[in-house]
Amino acid sequence: MRQLSRRAALALSASGAALTIVGWNEGAFATAKEAADDIAKFTGGKTAEKAKISIELPEIAENGNTVPLSVAVDAPMTAENYVSEILVVADGNPRPGVATFHFSSMSGKAEASTRIRLATTQNIIVVAKTSKGEFFTGQKQVKVTIGGCGG
Amino acid sequence: MITRREMLQVGAATAALVAGAGGFTRALAQQQLTESDLLKFDALGNVTLLHVADIHGQLMPVYFREPSVNLGVGEAKGQPPHLTGGDFLKRFGIPTKSAAAYAMTSEDFVALAKSYGRIGGLDRLATVVKRVRSERGDKMLFLDGGDTWQGSLGSNASRGQDMVDCMTLLKPDAMTGHWEFTYGEARVKELIKGLGFPFLALNIRDTEWNEPAFEPMKMFEKGGVKIAVLGQAFPYTPVANPRWLMPKWSFGIREEDVRANVEKARKDGAQLVVLLSHNGFDVDRKLAARVLGIDVILTSHTHDALPEAVKVGNTLLIASGSHGKFVSRLDLDVQNGVVKGFRYKLIPLFADAIKPDAEMTAAITKARAPYAKELARVVGRSDSTLYRRGNFNGTFDDLICAALLKERDAEIVLSPGFRWGTSVLPGAPITMEDIHNATAITYPQVYRLPMTGERLKDILEDVADNLFNPDPYYQQGGDMVRCGGLGYAIDVTKPIGNRISAMTHLKTGKPIEPAKEYTVAGWASVNEGTQGPPVWELVERYVAAEKSVRVIPNTSVKISGV
Repeated sequence: MRQLSRRAALALSASGAALTIVGWNEGAFATAKEAADDIAKFTGGKTAEKAKISIELPEIAENGNTVPLSVAVDAPMTAENYVSEILVVADGNPRPGVATFHFSSMSGKAEASTRIRLATTQNIIVVAKTSKGEFFTGQKQVKVTIGGCGG
Repeated sequence: MITRREMLQVGAATAALVAGAGGFTRALAQQQLTESDLLKFDALGNVTLLHVADIHGQLMPVYFREPSVNLGVGEAKGQPPHLTGGDFLKRFGIPTKSAAAYAMTSEDFVALAKSYGRIGGLDRLATVVKRVRSERGDKMLFLDGGDTWQGSLGSNASRGQDMVDCMTLLKPDAMTGHWEFTYGEARVKELIKGLGFPFLALNIRDTEWNEPAFEPMKMFEKGGVKIAVLGQAFPYTPVANPRWLMPKWSFGIREEDVRANVEKARKDGAQLVVLLSHNGFDVDRKLAARVLGIDVILTSHTHDALPEAVKVGNTLLIASGSHGKFVSRLDLDVQNGVVKGFRYKLIPLFADAIKPDAEMTAAITKARAPYAKELARVVGRSDSTLYRRGNFNGTFDDLICAALLKERDAEIVLSPGFRWGTSVLPGAPITMEDIHNATAITYPQVYRLPMTGERLKDILEDVADNLFNPDPYYQQGGDMVRCGGLGYAIDVTKPIGNRISAMTHLKTGKPIEPAKEYTVAGWASVNEGTQGPPVWELVERYVAAEKSVRVIPNTSVKISGV
């Protein structure tokens, strides 16, 4: 994936991509099933194709409280065919929903960058929805370790 | 194969030294092993790369016992560098009891150490660098893979200055790092300023803006070839070492950044792309298969010494060992942006055979002078071989664990699985230099804390997964945490959470209870504000009280899935 530059990030916000960040609630940890339910709700039960998604996340988090995440979808972003939403789900957090990014054909690029909080080692699952009603997905595991003892 | 033949030059020069039952004398070994044999190399092509890595603060020649246990998991199982002892010798056709066998394996370590003596020393390295430089002129690049500034009393006390002062005399063309960062951001920046050559790290970004924090690459022109050297620092520095020492820097493998820099280098006209990497061998092997366009990866971090280049697709992986024992020479014939041929030799720097460079000897003496008395101070004697390297335990760690159990009045000790640390031969005195060679870090406090059995299990599982995760990108490149007073069984093939079983409190012989609290002492905590005396003080006190140290073979870790 292209590294999202600060300029690109500013362009992104300028172009009006709206972002919903889901808060952190203490309580029972999500199961993979809850994450799957969130995704099913997003896709309306349609199967997402494993393609077109680039996820930039560390393999091992340096600090689980603030993990840099960048996602990008390979999409034309024309009036006829653009990514309208990107859903980010973490299958090991107290609540699986992390963020939903909203785009329009005017966004130019389907890219977004933020920092997320991860309670433990888990999978981050990204699902993109296009204006044509297609769904694409990708995922990456991030380890949250106790640390030390290396080298 | 060319590389095999080159490696055998070392073997041939020393094959005559195969010892009888009584071994052979040191004088004979010195006679047989000559500088010209060690350095013999039929030059090839238009570029020569010299590579050192993981010197770990060792200015002087050392004894360093290579591992007898070095397990590979997943696709790396049974592959170099995960070969030890007889298997290693067989794979590379090295005669037993030869100089090469002594340098690269733990086989007959004590007997061969007595015959062949110490290896390494920056003044021996200087001799080789100067000789190759005069032979190859502007065709040569000399590259330092990092972990150079840390690992000894002098390095720690001077915060890397001793190594910088000596290394800069060798005029490296570039370096990258890992333990260097444990001196903190301000000191690292200060030392880099005085290097006179670039410190490259394409995979470090600032935590505020997520923008590159170091020079990613440097373009050279050598032998008429445009060479791009890309630097890759140890990706997990803020995880394996204290993040609070480098809070403004974020690391990571950053495969996409490696790819982008390789593409940029090619676009800018590089005919040869070299990754000067501190990833660790298995990480680099995976990276080489996924990022195309890298001609050579100069690996480091995992301290592997391999007498042959490992080829992954069109990429050559070089592993140059540690503690200043070796320097790698790789000659390349680069034509129109393609490597048409190569010749490789891992040169062991036998201190008795290679003439020290006078200028460097003087610099080393000067660098050590402020600490000379303390370095030489004898605190006891060892009846056993003291060494660290190996996946599960080392006798030096057993000594440290015993010292901490006693001096901190603990039930259990956790000691980090570092891969650096020199060896002490049986019968030899234990000096403060020896103790610091195994403990010299900037966060040496020995904590004393209650921990539940469950917490202890979590720690063992966590560290085991850093070592035995089948995906190299999740490996951190250290060895298993060493335990004092605690036995366990490990199945290296299982996933995290299921590798460790049969945890036993050795003193009572009882199983570790998950809910019960145990008094645990340990050092090298990555947490800020850790309180306690420095580890070297406790080891010194223990050795001084024991006078003579004998380490009994450690059978408290039961390994399966090998």
